[in-house]
Amino acid sequence: MDSIIEGFKKAFILIFNLNTELLGIIFLSLKVSGSALLVSAVIGIPLSAILGLKKFPAKGFVISLMNTFMGLPPVVVGLFVYILLSRSGPLGFMGLLYTPSAMVIAQTILALPIVVSLCHSAIVGVDPIIKQASMTLGATPFQTTITIIKEARYGIMSGVIAAFGRVMAEVGAILIVGGNIAGYTRVVTTTIALETDKGNFELALALGIILLTISLLINVVLHFIQKKGMVK
Amino acid sequence: MNMTLRISNIYKSYNGRSVLKGCSFSFDRGGIYVLTGHNGSGKSTLLRICALLEPPDRGEINYLSGSNIIKKDTELKRRMTLVLPKVGVFNTTVFKNVAYGLKIRGIKGNKMEERVNKALDFVGLAHKKDQNALTLSSGETQRLGIARAMAIEPEILFLDEPTASVDMENTEIIENIILNMKRKDKSTIVITTHDMSQAERLGDTMLIMSEGRIIQG
Ligand SMILES: Nc1ncnc2c1ncn2[C@@H]1O[C@H](COP(=O)(O)OP(=O)(O)OP(=O)(O)O)[C@@H](O)[C@H]1O
Ligand SMILES: [Mg+2]
Repeated sequence: MDSIIEGFKKAFILIFNLNTELLGIIFLSLKVSGSALLVSAVIGIPLSAILGLKKFPAKGFVISLMNTFMGLPPVVVGLFVYILLSRSGPLGFMGLLYTPSAMVIAQTILALPIVVSLCHSAIVGVDPIIKQASMTLGATPFQTTITIIKEARYGIMSGVIAAFGRVMAEVGAILIVGGNIAGYTRVVTTTIALETDKGNFELALALGIILLTISLLINVVLHFIQKKGMVK
Repeated sequence: MNMTLRISNIYKSYNGRSVLKGCSFSFDRGGIYVLTGHNGSGKSTLLRICALLEPPDRGEINYLSGSNIIKKDTELKRRMTLVLPKVGVFNTTVFKNVAYGLKIRGIKGNKMEERVNKALDFVGLAHKKDQNALTLSSGETQRLGIARAMAIEPEILFLDEPTASVDMENTEIIENIILNMKRKDKSTIVITTHDMSQAERLGDTMLIMSEGRIIQG
């Protein structure tokens, strides 16, 4: 019991004296997950608009696929990206394995289905009258699409933030493709895994508390956005 | 000379049930046309077709400038508008709702603001311009719909039941707005309503939708 309390004490001391190593780890986590999120949003939002607003063959299949992929196990994604990027793999020539870029790729694969599924729900949830109103006011089809996406903005933001929460907390995929190299690919979650393994609880606990705080912040923002979206 | 609208032999059916069965009419006199007819007779359907929101199964809709047919493109769509019975407000401020039609036409800055403010003044919503449009009452929402249409200065304005869910006071306000628009802008206005006394008050030309056709009353 004493050692646990002692561990917490040391963890808090670590947090309050944030050293550059710790900061670097947190910063890399935010950078990797943030980049993955940016890529997923740039691809995912237009894709979800197409899925929600256009008719094309196999549309239902793509939506089901995205819904299924929302629950992809990170380790499986890690394994998949590892095979792609490993020296003998099809993309091995790019030399990306064990780099932050590889981690971004893996997390993008994890985040994209979440962004697409949740944004798709938000977009199909927009009252069809919005489309008609926009058309009656003289909007081109493209302008109408932008209007519908704007109407779905709160749902879209929720989707993007939910995806951020998932990838920030994920460890399986980045551990495999990043290799947990100190000062290079070591992020919050992989450090927790490693330090716990080594019996170095203070650092693991400190990072755990920081991760929880970030996750809490994400949820506060999410709640705020959802509340703002409900006007009536 | 303002553009006019001629529809000939419009047919439209939904799921095998025909709604419009050879609808023909020329809207070429200007002023206010009032279209009445029982529920489900096809008034809203006709207005949506006239506003080029959906195509008819058969028949022709032609907008004319003199005797020349105007090409059916975005340009034409931007010279007229339809205010839907449920309006369809955007989740943003009253001001931005009214500015919408101008923004998509590339009208910005002072000119845009001026026209939006004028339209809001006209319908008595100037004091609510920063409020979220979704929080307006039904009467105010209808007025917003009209302001949004007015701002784009349409040559032909279709109003589908502009006072259906509105109290007597707001009905009077809306009727006055419509009469003022006719006087000031000389636009052609087509209104549907179930209120016969309203039809009397507003209409220069009375039309009845019956058996899928337009009859002049
Ligand atoms: N998109 C649609 N899909 C299927 N049926 C439709 C559609 N739009 C209209 N209808 C049908 O067409 C008929 C005419 O509808 P419409 O709304 O034009 O009537 P209306 O004269 O405007 O009636 P009201 O006075 O109640 O507004 C109705 O039977 C309606 O159910
Ligand atoms: Mg109707």
